[in-house]
Amino acid sequence: MLALQRKLGVNRLAWAFLLPNLILFGLFAFLPVILNVFYAMTGGDNVLLADRPDVGARNFVTLLDCENYLDVNSCREDKFWRAVWNTVRFVILQVGFMVGFALLTAIILNRDIRARGFFRSVFFFPVLLSPVVVALIWKWILQREGVLNAFLDWTGAGGINWLVDAQWAFGWSVFISVWAHMGFYTLILLAGLQAIPRDVYEAALMDRANAWRTFRRITLPLLAPTMLVVLILALIKGVQTFDEVYAFTGGGPGTATTFIIQYIYEEGFAGAPRLFGLAAAASLLVAGVLVVLTLIQLRISRNNVDG
Amino acid sequence: MARVLSFLTATRGKGRLHWTDWVSYAYLIFGIFLMFGPVVWLVLSSFKSANELDRFPPRFLPYAQETVEVDGFDDPLLAFTVVDGELEGEIVGQTRRAAGRAEVIVPSNPDERFRLTVDQIEPIERVAFATENYSQLFERFNFLKFFWNSTFITVTATLLMLLVNSMAAFALSKYEFRGRTSVLLIVIGTLMIPQTVVLVPLFLIVTELGMFNSLWGVIIPGAATPTGVFLLRQYMITIPDEILDAARMDKASEWKIFWRIIIPLSAPAIAVLAILAIMWRWNDFLWPLIVLTRTENFTLQLALNSFQGELQTDWPSLLAMTVLTLLPIAAVFMFLQKYIATGIASTGGK
Repeated sequence: MLALQRKLGVNRLAWAFLLPNLILFGLFAFLPVILNVFYAMTGGDNVLLADRPDVGARNFVTLLDCENYLDVNSCREDKFWRAVWNTVRFVILQVGFMVGFALLTAIILNRDIRARGFFRSVFFFPVLLSPVVVALIWKWILQREGVLNAFLDWTGAGGINWLVDAQWAFGWSVFISVWAHMGFYTLILLAGLQAIPRDVYEAALMDRANAWRTFRRITLPLLAPTMLVVLILALIKGVQTFDEVYAFTGGGPGTATTFIIQYIYEEGFAGAPRLFGLAAAASLLVAGVLVVLTLIQLRISRNNVDG
Repeated sequence: MARVLSFLTATRGKGRLHWTDWVSYAYLIFGIFLMFGPVVWLVLSSFKSANELDRFPPRFLPYAQETVEVDGFDDPLLAFTVVDGELEGEIVGQTRRAAGRAEVIVPSNPDERFRLTVDQIEPIERVAFATENYSQLFERFNFLKFFWNSTFITVTATLLMLLVNSMAAFALSKYEFRGRTSVLLIVIGTLMIPQTVVLVPLFLIVTELGMFNSLWGVIIPGAATPTGVFLLRQYMITIPDEILDAARMDKASEWKIFWRIIIPLSAPAIAVLAILAIMWRWNDFLWPLIVLTRTENFTLQLALNSFQGELQTDWPSLLAMTVLTLLPIAAVFMFLQKYIATGIASTGGK
């Protein structure tokens, strides 16, 4: 390293420190983005690009060929559109409930309560669990002869075979996902609430503003930037939901809980033949959505820093 | 209405507990139940015998049946209390059971056998934690192999990531060089490319590098993360340049400055990143699922997933394995939860 330093001079040595990182970024982040486009434009099931026939935009046509986008059965690749609509429904419900409960929890944790640190970590704890563990914990509770059905039997309501019913399986997928990730957003929102200066509230008290006014006119506007960051982050992660639901339901029953990343995984890696082209084309569409969301997020956080 | 809203907005309580405080505490206690309950249930279940797991409705604690020693029998017999009939109140050992009838023996009188119906006797039980689910893991499955794979990936990937990212962060925080802004933009750019959207080409690259079905195929692609670079750079900027200049006066090489000064001074940030990296790697699922297809290469997460997928789920082993998979993370959480919270709050997740 010393010889290198003599040769390059101190300031250009920075590149030597950067090199490993740049190689890794280049090889495993940027090169894949470019190759992804080539995959999306080629067909067949060969993994080597040289052996893949050029098909132009046919993969995209296959994915997007639909008489009516709202009716999946009219689409050529109906599995893709099922996954898309499942993901849309899932993301709306999951992000809605998650941010809602995270906000409620953060507001309660921001009150003058005892053992705040303890309660904060209670809600945060599931964030650390692996998706597969989360899935198995709830599968064990929800199975046919599980503890939840035992409880329902005891109350006289009667058990339900939760994960065999499409609606329930979807609902529980939303639930476990909210359960597992809520604590993370609670933490960020709590930090946002604590950053609101106390004297603003004192001024409101002086002016005899009632609680609702204080909440609407002070808490909400001052929390808005944090809320936006939380919403976008939750959306970015929600669109990429795979692990916990895949381990939980396997995408079923049928395709009731198959989301877009699972579609990509199954087309490209799990099934035979391996349709890398279709998987790459679908990845590009997802990437487009994520890039837009990330740009919005970067924009917001820059504004926050400036203001 | 106003009361409900004051509950939503109140900040500092004054003296007596307002009813909104009661509602808050009720919510928080419900939170304990909802967040910890499922995990407690999992742990308790993992200590139940296979028979006990089949029982419906399940009981809260694991139980095992008492046994009695009876002369003339090599093995202890399952113990029952007789609740009906002429032997009522006696403790008996069961010798045989078939078609709703049980043949029992009173221990004080080992020569005489009695035949009773099943509803005349009740098992004598005590709370007992069965460990056979755990010992089975080591006998029947290649549990140690999975554990080793997970540990190897986690430890190696974390060390590699810390080294590579802190080198980059050092360059980006302590040197003025042409192209620094572009490099920063490149790093930000990688934030927009999560692994989930480049699975296919990543798979090709990893295969071409001969890392398919190798633990390195999981370790190396994720070694450089923009989050790590930013977290460390943010911290290193606060280290005063005078320290570096003083070291340069003493003819310390740049590498030595990095290794002996920057790294020790950045220890708090490195610790936060290390915890995050351990968590990410230990819990990683999708990419290992694609790269590691042979059972002997499975990580714990993959093993758990594949065992539950088989037709007849072997819940006793699966529960024990789930507990052992969550244990290291739970331990990290208990000791370091303050750092984890600050770390996650400052990076905004992955």
